[in-house]
Amino acid sequence: MGDAQVFAFDADARRRGEEPGGVQSVSGVDAATPEPDAGDEVGALDRAADFIRRRLTGEYEVDEFGFDPQLLDTVLMAAMRPLYRSWFRVQVQGLDNVPDEGGALVVANHSGTIPVDAVMTQLALLDDHPAQRHLRMLGADLVFRLPVVSEIARKAGHTLACMPDAERLLSAGEVVGVWPEGFKGIGKPFTERYKLQRFGRGGFVAAAVRTGAPIIPTAIVGAEEIYPKIGNANALARLLGIPYFPLTPTFPWLGPLGLVPLPSRWIISFGEPIPTDHLPAGAADDPMLILEMTDRVRETIQQSLYRVLVQRPSVFR
Amino acid sequence: MGTLTPMGRTILVTGAARHLGARMCRVLSHEMSVDRVIGVDVVPPRSDLGRAEFIRADIRNPVIGKIIGAAAVDTVVHMGVIATPLQAGGRATMKDINVIGTMQLLAACQKSDSVQRLIVKSTASVYGCGPRDPVMFTEETAPQHPPTSGWAKDSVEVEGYVRGFARRRSDVAVTILRFANIIGPDVDTAMTSYFSLPVIPTVFGHDARLQFVHEDDHLEATRLVSLSEEPVSGVFNVSGAGVIMLSQAVRRIGRPALPVIGGLLGTAGRSMGSTGLADFSAEQVRYLTFGRAIDTSRIEDELGFWPRWTTAEAFADFIRGHHVQPLVPTASLLSAQQRILSVLTTVGGLVPTRAGGSHGG
Repeated sequence: MGDAQVFAFDADARRRGEEPGGVQSVSGVDAATPEPDAGDEVGALDRAADFIRRRLTGEYEVDEFGFDPQLLDTVLMAAMRPLYRSWFRVQVQGLDNVPDEGGALVVANHSGTIPVDAVMTQLALLDDHPAQRHLRMLGADLVFRLPVVSEIARKAGHTLACMPDAERLLSAGEVVGVWPEGFKGIGKPFTERYKLQRFGRGGFVAAAVRTGAPIIPTAIVGAEEIYPKIGNANALARLLGIPYFPLTPTFPWLGPLGLVPLPSRWIISFGEPIPTDHLPAGAADDPMLILEMTDRVRETIQQSLYRVLVQRPSVFR
Repeated sequence: MGTLTPMGRTILVTGAARHLGARMCRVLSHEMSVDRVIGVDVVPPRSDLGRAEFIRADIRNPVIGKIIGAAAVDTVVHMGVIATPLQAGGRATMKDINVIGTMQLLAACQKSDSVQRLIVKSTASVYGCGPRDPVMFTEETAPQHPPTSGWAKDSVEVEGYVRGFARRRSDVAVTILRFANIIGPDVDTAMTSYFSLPVIPTVFGHDARLQFVHEDDHLEATRLVSLSEEPVSGVFNVSGAGVIMLSQAVRRIGRPALPVIGGLLGTAGRSMGSTGLADFSAEQVRYLTFGRAIDTSRIEDELGFWPRWTTAEAFADFIRGHHVQPLVPTASLLSAQQRILSVLTTVGGLVPTRAGGSHGG
């Protein structure tokens, strides 16, 4: 436990290479003068101590969204990494479709009862993309109303799904993630898995068109099976003020154990970008064009879902 | 109107008895282009007004019109809106001073043929705050959660009357400045008394984005629009650059935070509020829950005004000026860090094996 913590502070090294040997040689190259092994370890410990002191005294920076990259990289993502690497064994395709710099809009299918798919997509771009890009997601207002969830979401760099915020992020050159199905997608019953739900009003397309950012249709396979939702306790959901209260084969029957997701095999496939910068000015205000483009994005994601599903040998392998 | 010469500005400042109003009077009275500065308030000023004259008058009654008329005031700087009931001696009086006071002042301005500019100090809290807010409010953003009580609601009403006045007297240049929380070494606000508490109650599970504007920048922005060559009309957001999280602010002060379940903070806070320690109005609790940030590009682009202090710098200046002492000073934290490290290295063996083991895993 303690060991894992010490490791977590060295997030950069962790991301650069997986093998233990690789980590040490890379850090050896980084330092201008080669240091003995022990000195390097003290350096790592020193960085860890420095990190803790900075957290305690508030000496870190957040952007206007409340995004705290230091906390995200070293703590939040480190906590989710085992799930990404060992539990879901996420395979990523088409990373070169996400640009190394500049704004882009990642649009993906939503599933899994709780938005683990969004976090895994964020990790895919942070860990496996050569430019280690931070994915800034657009969430429902419920996310920002719930205690704890709202705090973590803000610090992880996410914001409310609304036009001004989407445009602000895209024009600042960030990669923005949207899940246009929203609760309709994430809370759909298990029997409807991999069937894309309705895509809302296409606000996300308008934001991309207005800022000239490419749209990257993304298919996520595997998230549907983590918490198979076989029922919904509507009365309880209304009581708690949430859109649905999921019943899965294990939750809530097994108590906290029911919160453990099934170890499905995941594939995240970033598709060919759909450019928007060639469109004439004012295209964002053309509802026909926006709706057509929304349909096109939806169709592309549905097609790649079918394609990727066939590639997966089985649900858990 | 024709009697005015470029050298003859006469400026009326309301709310002159309080810290920021008094400083505004001092700043304006030392300007070459200003002939006369008249400070008005219901209570005598606590600090020096410089070359400004002080008239003890209540803006809630029509005498204010006589002052404007007699002195041929050409610029009115309205800083008389009160933020907390404590300052006024009760919520009812506060509302009276804020709303009725503004109405009387505007009525006097409307009758006057000398007034050419009206500058109103407003607040970013007119945008309200809540989970459906965009991350930054521009001057045009419609509030998603309009304020329902207290200072924020008063300010919404004040702005409404000011807009009405601007419509009726289109020849007067009306400027509304919406300031983020004003902070600094000397100013006392609801936020400064909140951050001066020995243990700082926060809302459990939420971390608000806060924005501050330094009191010097507040004065400079107001001075700029009062004295600009070309009169300025419109609404402008004013804030220091960047945001700071509530948790981060508490850590920078070095005081312990006490997370309280949202609903309880209001109840517990109000009983504490009556002791005069801090203000926990419903609006303040909402702000501490959801936070708010405003976009300042309009004042930067149109007036070329860039605050000298960022949000974080203004907050640091507040900590310095108010002598807020951290429980554990940073210096001792640093030395503790050094000491622990040196012990670990001298013990030897321990460090490499532990860290080495983790590299393997």
